[in-house]
Amino acid sequence: MIYTPSILATVLFSVIVISVIGISIYFSRQSSSSKGYFAAGGTIPWQVNGIAFAGDYLSAASFLGICGMIAVAGYDGFLYSIGYLAGWIVALFVIAEPLKRLGKFTFADALDSKFNYPAIRLMAGISTLVVSVFYLIPQMVGAGALVTPLLGFPHYVGVIFVGSIVIFIVATAGMKATTYVQFIKGSLLIVFSLVLVISILNKGLDTTPADDYHEFITLTGTMSGERVTAVDQDGYTITGEFADDSHNMVKLNKDGVERWWAVEVDDGKAVLKETLTVTNTADGRTLYNGLPKEEGAFYAVGHLSNIIVNGEEVDSTGALGPFKYLETIESSEVIRFHQINFKSGDDSVALWYQDPTEGSELMRPGLKFKVDKGSTPLSKMNFVSLMIALFFGTAALPHVLIRYYTVPSPKAARKSTILAITAIGFFYILTMYIGFGAMVNGVLDVQSSNMSAPLLAKAFGVFLFSIISAIAFATVLGTVSGLIVASSGAVAHDMMRSIFRKKTISDNTRVKIGKITAIVVGVIAILLGILFKGMNVSFLVGWAFAIAASANFPAIIMMLFWKKTTAKGIVASILVGMVSALTIILLSPSMFERYGFAVEKALFGLDNPAIISIPLSFLTLIVVSLLTQKKKELK
Amino acid sequence: MEHGPAVEVNEDPAASAYKTKLGLRFFAVYGVLFAGFVLINTFAPQLMKVKVLLGLNLAVTYGFALILTAIIMGLIYNAFCTKKEDELEALAAAGSDSGEKK
Repeated sequence: MIYTPSILATVLFSVIVISVIGISIYFSRQSSSSKGYFAAGGTIPWQVNGIAFAGDYLSAASFLGICGMIAVAGYDGFLYSIGYLAGWIVALFVIAEPLKRLGKFTFADALDSKFNYPAIRLMAGISTLVVSVFYLIPQMVGAGALVTPLLGFPHYVGVIFVGSIVIFIVATAGMKATTYVQFIKGSLLIVFSLVLVISILNKGLDTTPADDYHEFITLTGTMSGERVTAVDQDGYTITGEFADDSHNMVKLNKDGVERWWAVEVDDGKAVLKETLTVTNTADGRTLYNGLPKEEGAFYAVGHLSNIIVNGEEVDSTGALGPFKYLETIESSEVIRFHQINFKSGDDSVALWYQDPTEGSELMRPGLKFKVDKGSTPLSKMNFVSLMIALFFGTAALPHVLIRYYTVPSPKAARKSTILAITAIGFFYILTMYIGFGAMVNGVLDVQSSNMSAPLLAKAFGVFLFSIISAIAFATVLGTVSGLIVASSGAVAHDMMRSIFRKKTISDNTRVKIGKITAIVVGVIAILLGILFKGMNVSFLVGWAFAIAASANFPAIIMMLFWKKTTAKGIVASILVGMVSALTIILLSPSMFERYGFAVEKALFGLDNPAIISIPLSFLTLIVVSLLTQKKKELK
Repeated sequence: MEHGPAVEVNEDPAASAYKTKLGLRFFAVYGVLFAGFVLINTFAPQLMKVKVLLGLNLAVTYGFALILTAIIMGLIYNAFCTKKEDELEALAAAGSDSGEKK
């Protein structure tokens, strides 16, 4: 799609960025000690910490990823919301207070508090770094994707911009500034998402979502066997065709412009439906629906083909209540778009064709996760594995865990977690409306589902688009800041103390190491963000959850609740959990597709490793702990 | 090597034990609800089509209910924990008062 930057968007974006930098400078004076830098001195009020939790957690994956996934796959995207939220139950009821009672700055402190075993710190530090980096990549990719419509800059400029600001925040002010950035961003995100949802409900549903919405036309023609031989409407000539097992496309020329049409057969007659295409020609040009990008022929999509209210078909509904809105979509039919890629002569064509989908199919599981039509035992196992990772991953994410040390007491840790659950839960309910709103309001960019929420806001005016986009950018800033603080804590606090355990490292030196680490990790994040451009945000975040749930969760739980846990058991558990999860991911069908190999040749059938790697990590901890009991007792 | 909390935590062990036990029970209840949701989605996805409440199907109702249940259980858990903490603090205060009088 073509994005035109606006002055208002630039101004609002600048206000947010300047505010963030101002907060960092203000708090930089209060973070000279390691306690101040890594844990904000343990002085953050629980109310602020609770919303900061939400600001930290509602990352690009939640705001951009989930809304985008619901916009293209319906209810299956909402399953991520449920999994992400349910994970907080584990954090609240099992982890929050015991960890607060044990820890100091990082979760390695808590793990090591009973054992004083350097390898635990080293392994926990490595695990923190690995999970944080996997979580950082999609945030940076999301930042790059956001600046294009917001400011008109290319992707890499956005990545460098976010990276530079975050390095400044973390390297100057540490956890306190990060907390207040996350608090402000979390508050703004929830308030303006609510404004967006109220706007969606107030507008209701309409088969023509906007005055300037492109009307997709349908032609008719004559079939001879499987081929279209003539078009009934004047001015069209057939210039090409493509067919495979399940698709039949024909290329038509009108007024010198060539476009592809999807062929359906109705009672022996050809029905040709308009598509969207991006064609890379042999001579190096890129054409959008047969024309250069500047012609604006590549349209935003997503609309209802019919609307049923109380059994009656209508063209529009007017304002709807929150339950009626979902019920009406469920009764109606939505036009979604699916992508196929093929070669036409020397040209490479990416084509999106219309797929009329019953609302009842969209409002239940099965379109993304293969649990119903076309499902196999492996596809069902894949889904269960993902839900396990989301459920157990939250409580094991390093940047979530460190937030328990910023409050003064276990009671404050508990209260801030409950506030976080309330804020996050409320936001996740809103994602259902934002996602479905984007699906039916003619705003979707078929090339980037991640932009669904900001583009939906654009349908309600430039101000809402500008503020939502600026908040989305701040979302990335807040989450990336938290991740970099967690990473710098892992290196400066855990790994350095493990490696140089015989030397005393002064408090000032630790803060310096932390700040240097923040710069190094920030630069790595910038490079990875540029390198992984276009990679699916939710896909990568799913990995981070799976690795955290496999490497960290068994160690934390068993250390807290199983008295026979030994230091060697914890080290082995983290190592096995991390390596097994990574191995399964790297050998998975999704990765084989990214390597450019056939999916069927993947060495492992699962995309989500948690169902194997979590039990393996638990089993390793139990076996190794039992085998090393005597040594522990002697000690 | 340094160990121990960043902020000194002086909590009554009885309060900690009570909260841990209560937390595990609440976790078990929510775990069953979540497992039920995942199992229906996995093995009986057609059941999710059934209209349940306010015109919404089981998929949406169950999903929203899981989110709202998490919030409500969190609030109940906090109320129980706070009550217990207050009781134990009052007992401790009464104990120290009687000690001072002696």
